[in-house]
Amino acid sequence: MKTAIYRVRSPMLLFFVLICWVSLASAASLDTIVITQGRDNPTRIGIVPMRMDGSLAGLVDAAEIVAGDLARSGEFAPIARDNMLSMPVRPEEVIYRDWRVLGAEFVSIGQATREADGRVTVTFYLFDVPGQRQLLMERVTGRMDQWRDIAHRVADLIYEKITGVRGAFSTRIAYVLAQYAGTSRARYSIEVADADGERSRTIYSSSQPLMSVSWAPDARRIAYVSFETGRPSIVIQDVYSLARERIASFRGINSAPVFSPDGRQLAMVLSRDGNPEIYLYNLTDRTLRRLTRNPAIDTEPTWAPDGRRIIFTSDRGGKPQIYALELATNFEERLTFEGDYNARARMLDDGNLVFVHRSAGIFNIAWQDMRRDRVVVLTRTNLDESPSVAPNGAMLMYATQARGKGILAVVSIDGSVKYELPSSSGDVREPAWSPFMDPLSGR
Amino acid sequence: MFKERLTSLIAIALVGVVLTGCTSKKAQPTDTGAESAPPATTQTSTEPTGPADFDASGNPLDPRTGGLLNRVFYFDYDKSDLHTSDLAVLEIHAQLLNRNRDRTVVIEGHCDERGTREYNLALGERRANAIRNFLTSAGVASSQIETVSYGEERPENPGHDESAWSRNRRGIVNYR
Repeated sequence: MKTAIYRVRSPMLLFFVLICWVSLASAASLDTIVITQGRDNPTRIGIVPMRMDGSLAGLVDAAEIVAGDLARSGEFAPIARDNMLSMPVRPEEVIYRDWRVLGAEFVSIGQATREADGRVTVTFYLFDVPGQRQLLMERVTGRMDQWRDIAHRVADLIYEKITGVRGAFSTRIAYVLAQYAGTSRARYSIEVADADGERSRTIYSSSQPLMSVSWAPDARRIAYVSFETGRPSIVIQDVYSLARERIASFRGINSAPVFSPDGRQLAMVLSRDGNPEIYLYNLTDRTLRRLTRNPAIDTEPTWAPDGRRIIFTSDRGGKPQIYALELATNFEERLTFEGDYNARARMLDDGNLVFVHRSAGIFNIAWQDMRRDRVVVLTRTNLDESPSVAPNGAMLMYATQARGKGILAVVSIDGSVKYELPSSSGDVREPAWSPFMDPLSGR
Repeated sequence: MFKERLTSLIAIALVGVVLTGCTSKKAQPTDTGAESAPPATTQTSTEPTGPADFDASGNPLDPRTGGLLNRVFYFDYDKSDLHTSDLAVLEIHAQLLNRNRDRTVVIEGHCDERGTREYNLALGERRANAIRNFLTSAGVASSQIETVSYGEERPENPGHDESAWSRNRRGIVNYR
């Protein structure tokens, strides 16, 4: 299953900058994605422009969105449409030779039609070029305003069919946008956008700082920290209805909220007893359970994927390191030993960790293999922080700085693929990648 | 170490008191008439002697200069220890608060952008607590003090070098 993802071992060292296709919405808080590093031998694939009904003429070609998604994964190199020798629409029009000479291993075709009820259906096919056979035929239907969701769904299906790994193109990201920081006009907002940075919208905005966004497993609610009352409190907000609920506003710190995998509890940090400690808040019966007890800083909780352990940062040993606490027994164990600053961990489904790691004064995102205790630094910039892993585990998004501004960036878990999501609206940071979701169902 | 600091601070404070005596006479005439003229009309004037503790807007005054008392204290990277050079001013804050039990302060703790945001929120609280602990051990009632950490979220200087960072690692004593 993982073979496709990890097939290319050596990362491409030659940097190239590829400005993608994206058309920018005027109020968007993120700019065009910039791919900064790709794999050596990405799979060549032809994504043929779709035939569109006349009534759909104003829409962006779904094939462009699909090709953009696949290119960003780093595992695919879509063939430029100017180089295509033929542009088939129906399966019987596919001439495999035309794709073989271009080195394409796969080719996808399709068309978009308007339904009687006004909705749009994309019918698409995927072919194996060397094997000369059809791999996939699917129909994806949605409302006109879900056009990008439809295209991302097509990309998910193609990606999964070829790599064996579920696609995460239909997901969203939440992040903090800060404008005019350090001035009296400072403005903070929680933004939610598609995983490709498109269609951003403001969920909440304040003149006081906002931080620590995370998603509920229902991919519908987010939790974050707001200073709107002049002190930090924890808020849960529905990103569709925008309804908000304040969960914790005790004396001192109320921060770092993270939903349990079953969505029933919120791990958080409170200093109401005088010192930052990890607590569990039961969202059903509204009870608090204190987990840590010591005079050090205990913060940045996250859940092991099985929900049985809390992973957190503590400076109980003098410097911040990552620890695990087993909920059934309260047994605590230190997980990181390399370096004098390891913090803000997230655990992957395979039990490995990603976290912020300081080395020679530089802050990067690192990955640690729990079995071999091997630490691999994934990023090469500085002030890299807040790693958030895509639900399929293939990539992580993090915050860094470029040209003095906060930007979001993505790196594959093996470090070979990198791209950036800059913002001309202000400083963007603290990305939180949503769980899997289905934007085309209901809503 | 803290004890050592306290004794040295008491010494500094004594010097401060002596200085206060000297400078206050000079400072007094520059005060606006509102504070110095008819003491009978102000309800908090139980101790009408000595220089005013606060200006008309309620900001603390430095008895050594008659100007505003410094309320911002800077910290070293990744540290929450007070600079010894700040202790004399903090002692004056303690005296003001001890003389004016109806006044309260909110102490803000801030960090530079290096390190993770949540860890910095905790570090900012440590810095605010360092100031609070100094004030309470100098006699200020804990009910007069609130602390709030902003971590690295509200920089004084939005730059990304040491000159900006050194301004952002700070604690602020805000009078209510």
